[in-house]
Amino acid sequence: MGRIGVIFKRELIGYFATPIAAVFLIIFLMLAGAFTFYLGDFFARGQADLIPFFDFHPWLYLVLIPALAMRLWAEERRGGTIELLFTLPVTLWEAVVGKFLAAWCFTGIALALTFPTWITVNILGEPDNGVILASYLGSFFMAGGFMAIGSCVSALTRNQVIAFVISVVVGLAFVLSGYPMVLDVFSGWGPQFVLELISSFSFLTHFNALGRGVIDVRDLVYFLSLIGFWLFATALVLEWKKSE
Amino acid sequence: MVELQRLRKTFGPIIAVDDVSFTVGQGEVLGFLGPNGAGKSTTMKMITGFLTPTGGTVKVNGFDMQERPLDAKKNLGYLPEGAPAYGEMTPLSFLAFIAEMRGFRGAELDRRVAETMEKVNLEGVARQAIDTLSKGFKRRVGLAQAIVHDPAVLILDEPTDGLDPNQKHEVRGLIKTMARDKAIILSTHVLEEVHAVCTRAMIIAKGKVITDGTPAELEARSRRHNAVILRLRGPLPDGVQAVLEGVPGVKRAEVIDEGLAEHEYRILPADGQPIISAVSRCVHRQDWDVVELSVNRGHLDEVFRSLTMPAQALS
Repeated sequence: MGRIGVIFKRELIGYFATPIAAVFLIIFLMLAGAFTFYLGDFFARGQADLIPFFDFHPWLYLVLIPALAMRLWAEERRGGTIELLFTLPVTLWEAVVGKFLAAWCFTGIALALTFPTWITVNILGEPDNGVILASYLGSFFMAGGFMAIGSCVSALTRNQVIAFVISVVVGLAFVLSGYPMVLDVFSGWGPQFVLELISSFSFLTHFNALGRGVIDVRDLVYFLSLIGFWLFATALVLEWKKSE
Repeated sequence: MVELQRLRKTFGPIIAVDDVSFTVGQGEVLGFLGPNGAGKSTTMKMITGFLTPTGGTVKVNGFDMQERPLDAKKNLGYLPEGAPAYGEMTPLSFLAFIAEMRGFRGAELDRRVAETMEKVNLEGVARQAIDTLSKGFKRRVGLAQAIVHDPAVLILDEPTDGLDPNQKHEVRGLIKTMARDKAIILSTHVLEEVHAVCTRAMIIAKGKVITDGTPAELEARSRRHNAVILRLRGPLPDGVQAVLEGVPGVKRAEVIDEGLAEHEYRILPADGQPIISAVSRCVHRQDWDVVELSVNRGHLDEVFRSLTMPAQALS
């Protein structure tokens, strides 16, 4: 196992050694269920799909993933362990990726634990499981996007509350960038290609595309490059703010 | 084993470390002294590769920290200030993590972790969360992670800060036993520590090295180096002070305490030369009733103050 793997393992076990894992998993599963069955009217719709389930994922992630991500680097900085970590024979990049992968994997575990919803819909009807699988994949990649943003913001400050709030705002901008709320800011003066560029950054556009059951490589590439960009930014911020 | 060349670090307009060069070899324990904010920690953070120097180079066991950071870091153990650790882990899992990061696997990893735990007496708390441990144990965990790979170079930032006297003694003992085949740099506020463990002492202030020498050399810079403390039982005739000042080699005799029952004097030598024999002979001739006659080796804290404080603040 390489050094990324060693960090990954420590971080992932760390979630389960603290109440974070239990609290996060329970809240995530409760909210995902509540949204699906009450707000999404899962039963009354009478349709064998998980659209009401997945529709709420961006909003769930918007709040819950920053809560998970805010400690990623802010806590290392506050506790002084960042000094320990970066004086071990490890590169900045390995540490950033290792910690991110553990956090991402943890959200994957949370997502996987929603399987009873999938079982339910399969008992009640005959859903298109291909679409559901694609939606799960899209949801997982979107979670990675939120987490990478949170990782970068967390590296900026040792104050976890600030990290949380800023992550939510940045995440919101990415979710809504296909919506008038964000586009209107630019539509008065920006040229068309700028508008298209901005709306192409939207989490929702790409997530919904995957949710239609079409696994388009471009959507996956979008999320992966987004993750790559924010992790790169994380490394830059860490290098820049190390001395603080 | 550690080589600093013209090391510099600036934070904006502030010069934290200003052109520091020195070498520490195997078997040496260098005590890093200086007031808060003198640049001790910043220097250590550059030696360990945490901070990137603004200028100059650091070499650890021959590896340049900027050019070959991973090789340099492999040869280095570091106890950061305050001994940070992942609090939710146990000493056992934490040391295993550090050892794994340092490339040990399987039986070798287990052996190293077990040996290190034994060395710093952590076996009793091996499976408790580090957060729940006392300060002394936490410090030992920090020390353990720094030595688990038996590094050639050890950097310890205030290793005994906040420990009780017994724990201090223990940690110092540990440092001394490791000193033989390592190069150790430790920073401290406690000047007695320099006596206890260091073979070399360096005072830095405002980012610059002010003195560099053995603890004895440093003490020799004290005004009171080789001064003699003399305590006599009274009543005494007048003019004891004048008699003492007449002893060859004596510059001045100060009265520390002139009570009814006992009189205490501090006799300062002319130029740091030993004068106890001469004083002893004089006392003998005078047939005074001696309670105490001792040599003052000099006060490190006095040297420290005189070197690190502006002249006007001293007077």
